[in-house]
Amino acid sequence: MKVSLSWLKDYVDIKIPVDELARRLAMAGTEVKAWQVVGGSWEGIVIGQIKAINPHPNADRLTLPTVDLGTEQQTVVCGAPNLKLGDKVVFARVGARLIDGHTGKPFTLEAAKIRGVVSEGMVCSEKELGISDSHEGIMVLPAEAPVGAALTDYMGDVILDLDITPNRPDCLSVIGIAREIAALTGQKVRLPDDKYDESATTIDSQVSVQIADPDLCPRYSASLVSGIKIGASPPWMQQRLIAAGMRPINNIVDITNYVMLEYGEPLHAFDYNRIRGQKIIIRRAKKGEVMVTLDGSKRALAPDMLVIADTERAVALAGVMGGYDSEVTENTTAIFLEAASFNPASIYETGHSLGLPSEARLRFERGISAGVTIPALKRATQLLIEIGGGQAAKGFIDAYPGEKKAEPVRLRRSEAKRLLGVDFSVKQMKDTLVALGFEVKAGASNTELLAIAPYWRSDVSLEEDLIEEVARIIGYDEIPITMLSQPVPRQNPSPMLKLKPQVSRILADYGFQEVITFSMMGSEALNKLSPHSQPPEPEPLRLANPMTAEQEYLRPTLRANLLSALESNLRHEESGVRLFELGRVYHRRKNDLPSEPEIVCGVATGPRFEPSWRGGNEALDFYDAKGMVEGLFGQLGVEVSFEAGSDEGLHPFKQAAIVVGGKRLGVVGELHPKVSDAFELTGDVYLFEVDLTALLPFTLEHKMFQPISRFPAVVRDMALVVDVGVTNAQVQAIMQGFPLVTEVALFDLYSGEQLPAGKKSLAYRITYQSPKHTLTDDEVNKVQQQILDKLSKQLGASLRG
Amino acid sequence: MISELEELIANALRELEVITRDKELEDWRVRYLGKKSQLTTILRGLTGLPMEERKGVGALANRIKAELENSYQQKIQLLREDQLVSAVGAESLDITLPGRLLPGGRLHPITQTIQEIHEIFVSMGFQVMEAPEVEWNYYNFEALNIPHHHPARDSMATLWVDYKNEKGERDMLLRTHNTAGDIRAMEMMKPPIRVVTTGKVYRYEASDATHLPMFYQIDGFAVDKSITMAELKGTLYEFARRFFGEERKVRFRCDYFPFVEPGVEMAIECGVCGGKGCRLCGDSGWIEILGAGMTHPKVLERGGLDPKVYSSFAFGMGIDRLPMLRYGIDDIRLFYGSDLRFLRQF
Repeated sequence: MKVSLSWLKDYVDIKIPVDELARRLAMAGTEVKAWQVVGGSWEGIVIGQIKAINPHPNADRLTLPTVDLGTEQQTVVCGAPNLKLGDKVVFARVGARLIDGHTGKPFTLEAAKIRGVVSEGMVCSEKELGISDSHEGIMVLPAEAPVGAALTDYMGDVILDLDITPNRPDCLSVIGIAREIAALTGQKVRLPDDKYDESATTIDSQVSVQIADPDLCPRYSASLVSGIKIGASPPWMQQRLIAAGMRPINNIVDITNYVMLEYGEPLHAFDYNRIRGQKIIIRRAKKGEVMVTLDGSKRALAPDMLVIADTERAVALAGVMGGYDSEVTENTTAIFLEAASFNPASIYETGHSLGLPSEARLRFERGISAGVTIPALKRATQLLIEIGGGQAAKGFIDAYPGEKKAEPVRLRRSEAKRLLGVDFSVKQMKDTLVALGFEVKAGASNTELLAIAPYWRSDVSLEEDLIEEVARIIGYDEIPITMLSQPVPRQNPSPMLKLKPQVSRILADYGFQEVITFSMMGSEALNKLSPHSQPPEPEPLRLANPMTAEQEYLRPTLRANLLSALESNLRHEESGVRLFELGRVYHRRKNDLPSEPEIVCGVATGPRFEPSWRGGNEALDFYDAKGMVEGLFGQLGVEVSFEAGSDEGLHPFKQAAIVVGGKRLGVVGELHPKVSDAFELTGDVYLFEVDLTALLPFTLEHKMFQPISRFPAVVRDMALVVDVGVTNAQVQAIMQGFPLVTEVALFDLYSGEQLPAGKKSLAYRITYQSPKHTLTDDEVNKVQQQILDKLSKQLGASLRG
Repeated sequence: MISELEELIANALRELEVITRDKELEDWRVRYLGKKSQLTTILRGLTGLPMEERKGVGALANRIKAELENSYQQKIQLLREDQLVSAVGAESLDITLPGRLLPGGRLHPITQTIQEIHEIFVSMGFQVMEAPEVEWNYYNFEALNIPHHHPARDSMATLWVDYKNEKGERDMLLRTHNTAGDIRAMEMMKPPIRVVTTGKVYRYEASDATHLPMFYQIDGFAVDKSITMAELKGTLYEFARRFFGEERKVRFRCDYFPFVEPGVEMAIECGVCGGKGCRLCGDSGWIEILGAGMTHPKVLERGGLDPKVYSSFAFGMGIDRLPMLRYGIDDIRLFYGSDLRFLRQF
């Protein structure tokens, strides 16, 4: 809401500087987003009067006005078509800062020779002064403007841009802000004059009002003014409307807008003579009803929309937009002026479904108090008479089926202290509320009081509301700063909150950079994850109103975003990239919120180590990726095994499922070449993915201490020759099945010329140890032989000679 | 014999004095302290000496042996130090050559910030809680005193999930704030409660340098029998002091949120202009960092608590803003662009 300081000063004395005013308003809940000094740059610009207009000797379109500046007279060159002898105009001296009327850019005025005549200064348009966009002619000031005065002194102002919170529709008005300022600075509010003479004919004899749907229209007030002459509104009114960001239209529309800005109550003016049957009915729209709104569009109305109708048709969309048929035109002579209160939800629905934003809607949706209709109506009627030259019918209509008596709300000193932690006296609270316009009565005891909200406030109904009123006006600075005094509550933090940072830290230490990507994604990226470009199954959760096609779905996987991130980074990274993300994915559940498992996914490509002048720049392979997973699980203290994987996004032969406690909860492998191509990735890309939500229970398993044997370990090597199809896991399983074997480690793998085709050699280092005694060579030899026998029998293994 | 020994020690020490190499020292050791050395021979031959002579010679020989050994150890240290000094040049490294790097990644600046914030609130007795990102309309709006037509919904434009309940209403959404977790906290826990809920929140919003449809937020919530606004102030000022530093000014001003009454906006002094007013702070000298207030009685009632018995505060703070302020980041989109050139800086 934009409001000028000069307008505010009509209703309240402001004796503090603007920055202090802005600070106090902000502290009390009305933020001043910005303020603009109008005329702050008008140095060297003064008010003058045109004393003579002579033709330019060398140009037909230019004239040479002589302007009286009080102390001297100046003759300049001017191109404006609206110069009139005796007019008060704005004169800029050489050196003044102006806006170029054509380019809109600021410039400094210099003396110039125009078609042979020297001009030292100029007569200005509104645009050149930065007041409006009008550049058709020079600006003409009212006749009372003092000649010779600086323009800043005459019409300089400050325009405040205020951020009004949704609970204070009353502050969407100049008087509302004035009331806040009055309460904050100890001043009194002066309301504008709203007295006028009425004619003998009563309003009731000329029009009647019926509220058919009082649930949507708790109050409908109206006046009738006839003998109106439509024309432009006075310059002072236009100026204020412009400063508030509104466009002047004609005196009637301007008055309704002006009073809306003044009181916060939206008004609507109907052409009385176009209301048929002399009756206004406020009702829900009929099925299939159509009306043309004043913007000229034909609108199909839904049955829950509220309309203002006459006996034949809808003449306005209540609170949202007027009707074309009842609009005030230049031929209008009588005005039926409406000031009503409508159900905010209904206005919201109607306005939203028709997509019609308006200043009126804004105020109705926020629930402007029904108490404001009559004061606003009176004021607007008075202005219609004063400016439009009409005559008001006797009395006004005030249908108020939704009238609720303002209930007194109790405010206890003890309750204020309980919530705020500061003990305000009853007198302090009373004075504050009175300053805000509340009616305050004595309560049941001398430590409490009863307060009735003023008619313009619709947001105060609870004791907490009163406490806020008191606190914000006295100031939040008065509230002390104390630490929480109660004992710390019992803590049961989720173990997931421990696991997540642990996993992230480990991966970062393995060289992975953490990224965070959007939870929303497009189908295109998702389809790329399948080597056959298939859409994912089941369909991911879709948004009903996505911002863009790239944000249509909730991600069912972290992969796509990570692979895109990998691709974009590879454009500028020389030596490979490792990225991981730890976050939620979303899976549909029937008639319930989706499941949101926490997943960690890593992608890596490039060399094993950072490139170094010391060498060692081999490319990553599958076993590096697997080693990272093994390392991760090792650090988490969770036993992990691997099985052949079947993830369609990974290379069919270079992937493994990650198995914990018999459950598959992740994969590791090389990216499927087609997926790699789809994401425009070159070079082998390795990926792992672990479902941390599924893993979590295994990280919580209780561990027991294993005593360290006091007896020495014996280490023996065993080099085997087996068929290429035999796996390391098969061999190790057999070895580890023997007692005394405490550790088995593969230290060499060979296949090639020195072995027959179809064979490979696996060499193991086996550690033997007993917790009970020192092992003898014989004991160990015996077990070595038993192992070999079993390997030979079950896997066809033999010792490598 | 005695004089023989005295001559031996004198010679030995004189020779030791001038030794400069390890090899010479080793020869010296063999010569004077080795198995075949004169001293060892004398000591071995002690038994052959007459009783009265044996005592004197023995004592002297042993003393000499101890002294030589001691001198030998000192000489070793001396030689080592000399060698270290003389090695500069021949054996020294170019320590400006790059070291062999171990791989090392970093945590995302948002993750780092969240960890820092959690540490501060946990130290004040808050428990970190997690709540669903896809949420029911009830938890996100209705239970928080924001019915369907409430104007506050305009400032929290919502992304809805394509789902309708039996009544045909859209009631599943992406949470617009973490305050949605407060009702869940009251359903799961009994007072006293102190929790913070952190995570992603979503808005129907086009992306630009200061807005995104997804960002991070932390919501704090405390309930007990005598929680006051003074304690809200204490808690948040303490957070600001620890996060932004001792000297940063903080202010509480009145603001409106439907789920609190009284409502608060907290701002910190602008770090760029020091409160004088600049472009970053919109000339106000202050930067809003969070909204807060005393939990509205209707919200406590929805959570099954009697507002006459319990009082409560709540606060909600955008997280992305904090590293932006701290590091002078001028575009929020950088956080989610996954660009290593950006992420590696934190």
